[in-house]
Amino acid sequence: MRIESMSAYEFVIRIPHSAMPMNRTPILFLNVLVIATCGLIYELLAGTLASYVLGDSVTQFSLIIGIYLFALGAGAWLSGFIETELARKFIDVELGVAILGGLSAPLLFLSFAHLSYFQVILYGLVFAIGTLVGLEIPLLMRLLKDHLDFKELVSRVLAFDYVGALAASLLFPLFLVPKLGLVRTSLVFGILNAGVGLWSTWLMRPLIRGSVTGMRVRAVIVIALLAIGVIKADTLTSLAEDAMFADDIVYARTTHYQRIIVTRGRAGFQLFLNGNLQFSSADEYRYHEALVHPAMTLAGRAPRRVLVLGGGDGLAVREILKYPSIESVTLVDLDEEMTNLSRRFPPLAELNGRALEDLRVRVVNRDAMIWLEEPSEPYDAAIIDFPDPNTFALGKLYTTRFYRLLKARLAPGAGVSIQCTSPLFARTAFWCIIRTIEAAGFSVRPYQTAVPSFGVWGFALARVAPFDVPSRAPSNMHLRFLDDQAMSALFVLSVDLGPVPVEINRLDNQALVRYYEAEWRRYE
Amino acid sequence: MNDNQGKSKKAKVKASSLSRRELLAAFLGVPVALAACRSSAAPRFPEGRIVGASDAFGHRLRDGQRVEPPADAWQHVNVVIVGGGIAGLTAAWRLLKAGEEDFIVLELEPVPGGTSQSGSDSSIVPYPWGAHYLPAPMKENAALVELLDEMNVLEGRDADGEPIVAEQFLCRDPEERVFYKGRWYEGLYLHAGQNAVDVAQLAAFNREVDGWAAWRDRRGRRAFSIPIVTGSDDAEVTALDRITMDEWMKERGFNSPRLRWLVDYACRDDYGLTVEQTSAWAGLFYFASRMRVPGDEAQSLITWPEGNGHLVAHLYHKARTKVRLGLAASEIIPTGEGNGASVDVVALSSDGRNAVGFHAQKVIFAAPHFLTKYLIRPYRESAPPDVAEFQYGAWMVANLFLKDRPASVGFPLAWDNVLYESPSLGYVAATHQRGLDRGPTVFTYYYPLCDDDPRAARQRLLEADWKSWADVALTDLSRAHREIRSLTERLDVMRWGHAMIRPRPNFIWSGARRRAVEPFRSIHFAHTDLSGIALFEEAFDHGIRAAEEVSAAMAKN
Repeated sequence: MRIESMSAYEFVIRIPHSAMPMNRTPILFLNVLVIATCGLIYELLAGTLASYVLGDSVTQFSLIIGIYLFALGAGAWLSGFIETELARKFIDVELGVAILGGLSAPLLFLSFAHLSYFQVILYGLVFAIGTLVGLEIPLLMRLLKDHLDFKELVSRVLAFDYVGALAASLLFPLFLVPKLGLVRTSLVFGILNAGVGLWSTWLMRPLIRGSVTGMRVRAVIVIALLAIGVIKADTLTSLAEDAMFADDIVYARTTHYQRIIVTRGRAGFQLFLNGNLQFSSADEYRYHEALVHPAMTLAGRAPRRVLVLGGGDGLAVREILKYPSIESVTLVDLDEEMTNLSRRFPPLAELNGRALEDLRVRVVNRDAMIWLEEPSEPYDAAIIDFPDPNTFALGKLYTTRFYRLLKARLAPGAGVSIQCTSPLFARTAFWCIIRTIEAAGFSVRPYQTAVPSFGVWGFALARVAPFDVPSRAPSNMHLRFLDDQAMSALFVLSVDLGPVPVEINRLDNQALVRYYEAEWRRYE
Repeated sequence: MNDNQGKSKKAKVKASSLSRRELLAAFLGVPVALAACRSSAAPRFPEGRIVGASDAFGHRLRDGQRVEPPADAWQHVNVVIVGGGIAGLTAAWRLLKAGEEDFIVLELEPVPGGTSQSGSDSSIVPYPWGAHYLPAPMKENAALVELLDEMNVLEGRDADGEPIVAEQFLCRDPEERVFYKGRWYEGLYLHAGQNAVDVAQLAAFNREVDGWAAWRDRRGRRAFSIPIVTGSDDAEVTALDRITMDEWMKERGFNSPRLRWLVDYACRDDYGLTVEQTSAWAGLFYFASRMRVPGDEAQSLITWPEGNGHLVAHLYHKARTKVRLGLAASEIIPTGEGNGASVDVVALSSDGRNAVGFHAQKVIFAAPHFLTKYLIRPYRESAPPDVAEFQYGAWMVANLFLKDRPASVGFPLAWDNVLYESPSLGYVAATHQRGLDRGPTVFTYYYPLCDDDPRAARQRLLEADWKSWADVALTDLSRAHREIRSLTERLDVMRWGHAMIRPRPNFIWSGARRRAVEPFRSIHFAHTDLSGIALFEEAFDHGIRAAEEVSAAMAKN
């Protein structure tokens, strides 16, 4: 009897001991810390990503936090339906969070670039992750409940939970986003979740009936998958690019014509075409005011019909539409996906003031040179904003032939402005463009301004008839950069930007591309 | 297959019955064939067909088929021009300028232009089937300058009076690139990896060429001039015609492989002959004739997406009402003597069903000279020995219609894209001159058959069917563009049996040419082969000359 009762006693005491020896419980609280950190990181990732690509961070963070918290509650409620195999289910949940949370950032970037129902995916994913994370703590608490009395259990688990939240909210902005970027952060925390799952197969071994080999294999596969993701993070957003861009890539897409990348950082967002910066939202106003207004004031009478070649970002059109006399703007940009992005990508559409939605604006997705060969009504002004001439396909848009075709499309007295790359970094290329426009029969005045994201930037102002440089900026337009003084200052070229002897750029010599390549190569 | 000549018919093996490996080995070399046949999967083929060149009709005439037109199918006309290629269309253009309206142009093919014809059934861009550029003429070539003025290709004259070609008609940069060991390089001469010897030999070769560009005879004529009738016939120059280009290079110690490749490529490209087969005169002509003064860049090239088909279209448009397409001269019979001399021409529709006759005062024979022995009755009975001196190369030209551009390692797509290690001449991109830099395009692939015996070449050309030639072109191009088979949606093949006259040694200055230019009774001759080289300018010049001879002779009567 004694023996039996003893063993019965021992049984009662020892089962919990061998299953969950007291010396292991502190390690279990470490689990709480890790999963709490991971959970908050996914929430922050989703919020940041949503405000990057959709803009309006207040709305986005508010929505994400709301959905996530609600999903946590849903998960907690669902945990009530789990009766048996708690440890096994806990590990399954960990692997589920690892996969969904770990792949969340790459998945969202990819779906944003390719899908129109991005928001459905975004909020669905946030809800799914939240639900799984919501299951974690209730399950863990139930696993621990036999060791600790309820008072101690609640205080410790919740304390570690909130410490994890603090760790996440400090790590995220200070270390993770600047050092790892959104994609790698997401993958790394997925690995941590899967690590918790794998580790728990030892930690909770006594609570798991049957073999754990299958679970361990699954956990290892998930970790391996995410680890490959970290190593290959470059190929997910188009790798190598992450290293190239200081900020996070929020949009990446290879269109028929070019690679479009939008990055988002503290200073706003940037558009890159084939790796070359097209604008930064922080200082693009300097560039676009300088590009557009001199040509608009040159027209003499109030311009009614304006032509924009290139400039699919819609920012030049935004400046043009500030003139009340405008009746029509024709924007010719090769890439339909670029002009669509300018319409539909909320931060860009906000930045260009929804210029491409304006009823006076007609968008033509054609090769500008081939389009120019066809006749049309004459234009009162033309704004030319092509990417820098770093390929033969772009170089042709800076040839005498091109400017002659343009000339045939202009009304008498029409002003033209042309972005001409940097007169400082690519002085020969800059003067090659200036001299080529002259050779096509225009009077040309080179000008420049400082655009911090670019450096010193160069333009040409041209008209068939000779002209004096504009000395007055348009008034009543709330320009942020140009006033009368700044307008006059545009046309002052310092000594180091002065003329150099160049060849004329023609279709049959493409001299400009060669100058440009040679000069920019020095800075690579 | 050269040694098949004269053996029994059984010994001849049809290219189309060769195994794929044998076929590719025969046309592209053994290593390529082995590599291409390594995979057991059946290669992919696009749709496509053999186009053009009505060789069946020609062979019927060669074999003696003649038809006599019914008495009421005869008509009188001042001049019959036989052949609607560049020479014949130019003669028509010149006659119209002289006010002569009573003439007719007979052309066997359903389209005008001969080897300058082009295709226009692609929705993307028209494309060439043969000749595809024209070097900008110098001011001395007044008739050609006049034509280009008429076509609005010129926008004026420079200070020296030289014509200025409008920018959009000059071949766009980048003009050429060459593929070597997995990478494309700019230009035709392979600079990458050259050593000091290569550099020195290239410089020495250029000095030789400069020397010939500067050379003038006692009458002030250039050594090499276009058209060649304006050049020198001084013994110092014509002596070059007695040796091959290969011998000329060896005499000067030019053994740099890449220099030899460049010269060999030039010979194959312009003449369909290897450096060992080409007359040194012709070889140097290629380099020195298009240079105004020593050290100058060669004259710029004028081109259009459809190549010289654009020039054909203009000339054809001018003479449209005079040109009978699908109607070929089958017999030319000079009659009468002295003031009563005239010439009868029997013409057959290309299906051989309808025959018509023309009583003409003059004939301009603007077809290849070898045809004289089949078409001119007295020649058929006893051809002058010179006729046999005119030998022609066989060419295969394929047009590949691509749904997108293949990727390129190294230098990007140019106009002319050459494979260093290939017996082909590479391809020309038709979209280049149109400025279509992306998306679908048409590649025109050129393959000259450089066999010593031109009949052997023709036999190889015609025995390979569409699938064989498509396989050759696609396998060759896949060295540089792995994805070419999946990008090619259609591939058409033209087999030119008599593509271009072959300037072997002792042909150009042997006297045969000079004698062949002389009129035979009322028949005047006009064709590029009378210059010994196939060039638009030569065909054009002979067309002008023959038309002027005819106009002058008729004015006298």
